[in-house]
Amino acid sequence: MTDVSLKTALPQEKVETPFARFVSDYCSNPVSVAALAVVFVLIVLSALAPWIAPQDPYDLTQLSIMDNMLAPGERSMEGKLYLLGTDDQGRDMLSAMFYGLKLSFFVGIVATAVALAIGVVLGITAAYFGGRIDTVIMRIVDLQLSFPAILIALILLALLGKGVDKVIIALVTVQWAYYARTIRGGALVERQREYIDAARNLALPAHRIIFRHLLPNCLPPLVVVATIQVAHAISLEATLSFLGVGVPITEPSLGLLIANGYKYILSGKYWVSVYPGLLLLLTILAINLVGDRLRDLLNPRLKA
Amino acid sequence: MLAFLIRRIGQSLFVILAMAAIVFLGVFLIGNPIDVLLAPDADQAERAQAIQRLGLDKPLWQQFLIFLADLARGDLGKSFVHGTSAVGLIFERLPATMELALVALVLAIVVGIPLGVMAGLRGESWVGRSIMTGSIVGFSLPNFWFGIMLILFFAVTLQWLPAGGRGPTGHIFGIELSLLNPAGWPNLLMPALTLAIYKISLVIRLAYAGTREAMLQDYVRFARAKGLSRSRILGVHVLKNILIPIVTVLGLELGSMIAFAVVTESVFAWPGIGKLLIDSIGRLDRPVIVAYLMIVVALFALINLIVDILYSVLDPRVRLADSGN
Repeated sequence: MTDVSLKTALPQEKVETPFARFVSDYCSNPVSVAALAVVFVLIVLSALAPWIAPQDPYDLTQLSIMDNMLAPGERSMEGKLYLLGTDDQGRDMLSAMFYGLKLSFFVGIVATAVALAIGVVLGITAAYFGGRIDTVIMRIVDLQLSFPAILIALILLALLGKGVDKVIIALVTVQWAYYARTIRGGALVERQREYIDAARNLALPAHRIIFRHLLPNCLPPLVVVATIQVAHAISLEATLSFLGVGVPITEPSLGLLIANGYKYILSGKYWVSVYPGLLLLLTILAINLVGDRLRDLLNPRLKA
Repeated sequence: MLAFLIRRIGQSLFVILAMAAIVFLGVFLIGNPIDVLLAPDADQAERAQAIQRLGLDKPLWQQFLIFLADLARGDLGKSFVHGTSAVGLIFERLPATMELALVALVLAIVVGIPLGVMAGLRGESWVGRSIMTGSIVGFSLPNFWFGIMLILFFAVTLQWLPAGGRGPTGHIFGIELSLLNPAGWPNLLMPALTLAIYKISLVIRLAYAGTREAMLQDYVRFARAKGLSRSRILGVHVLKNILIPIVTVLGLELGSMIAFAVVTESVFAWPGIGKLLIDSIGRLDRPVIVAYLMIVVALFALINLIVDILYSVLDPRVRLADSGN
């Protein structure tokens, strides 16, 4: 009998998991919801670029030099409509932007993921073991963070040369230190807790304590930093490509598209740099707004 | 204080030494040192002579010491493109960049602090909210694109401001400065604003957080109870307290502005060290790249040192905590 009463009693008393509460907290701000929706739509659009773009901007056979620098809304000789105009090689701007966004997301997300992995392993190791390992790792972190990211990335790319892979290497080199510092701060506090003592007393191996016990409890601030760093990485990649040390001309990212249009700004042909720039701004802004909201929600100091 | 100073200066020297080692390894090992120091059209005899003269047959640590000695003498070779001393080139262009960074810094303070304080006082109103949303947009704006949009609007469409270049300059102690010549100010305006936009957002955030915190403090309540005017409370009591973190952060950001001038100077064809660096990378003018790196590293170390010393003067807790350890 008690069995039955328990079963009927449970569904009525709605159990709110911490995650569900977090989601509903997040959704209480309409701007944050809109920002998340924009990020989602942009990622889907960029992933679908090969299918929804009117033209393959990497395929030279589809480009016609006769159609170069057409203004937005103009038609080509064959009557093809160019909604956002064309660039100096007769590339459809809209298609180029879809592909550029795809590259920007790819670079930003891959660089962040790799840097996150490296930074987390080094930072949490430093915090857990302390002593000399900690000193050495954190000295390197301090040294690196005292120099602006753009300068380190610029010099690295000047040495390595152009290429998507090289841009990712440069971004990883610049970013890992942020994660190392963030997770070390959290792990130093968590290390003092009883559950770590308990795990130690069970004689669990260090790697198990670090990755199964310590790491999951240090994640929240890392989520915030990682979100904002994706925006940072996308912005930095665009800047490096604009400066001519980023991605190669055959695979234009948003930054390189803007750089291409820069030449034509003085003659009033605005569309080649205005539209990719707007898309870049929208992308970075939306990610930053999401990150800002996450920071507000995950910061324990503001919860009181 | 003396112990603090000595240790802090020691740290700065260590940073410069560490960066010198990294630059040495990066440029001298990854790139062929002969290519670095010899014009590309040099013949075989010149190469052999250079290898001997530069001591490239010596072990690595000896080469590093030679590099350090050259560095101490301020001689990092000649630019391939300009044919003059690489270090000299950097110092020739440095005033243009410093001027740009300083004007941007002043802009960040003059625009950022009032907006931040205003947002802090009226956090919930539409004024406060739009200022804070504006600061997020400022953070997100791709710097170079913002510069291009300024050119498009003010130089191409409205034709109010020149699109690039430095314009007329004035002279003082043999240094060329746009600030000294009012005819050069229009040229300075857009690059400085572009460089400042990120820092303005940063100052707004700092001033906002500082003001919100300060307004809840007892000293503000006490000043209010004493019957002081609102402007005096804000202008004297609140401002003084929020200024310390802002000054510290901005001092440190001066270094990042000098680095970020690379982007701004490229957009506006501003003849500073940033444009020189980009041009040198494009032309593989490696002596200039090495000289830029070493001078900027020294500059950063110096700025960090000055900020730390100022901070320890302003806030005794820093000094005490440091000597306590």
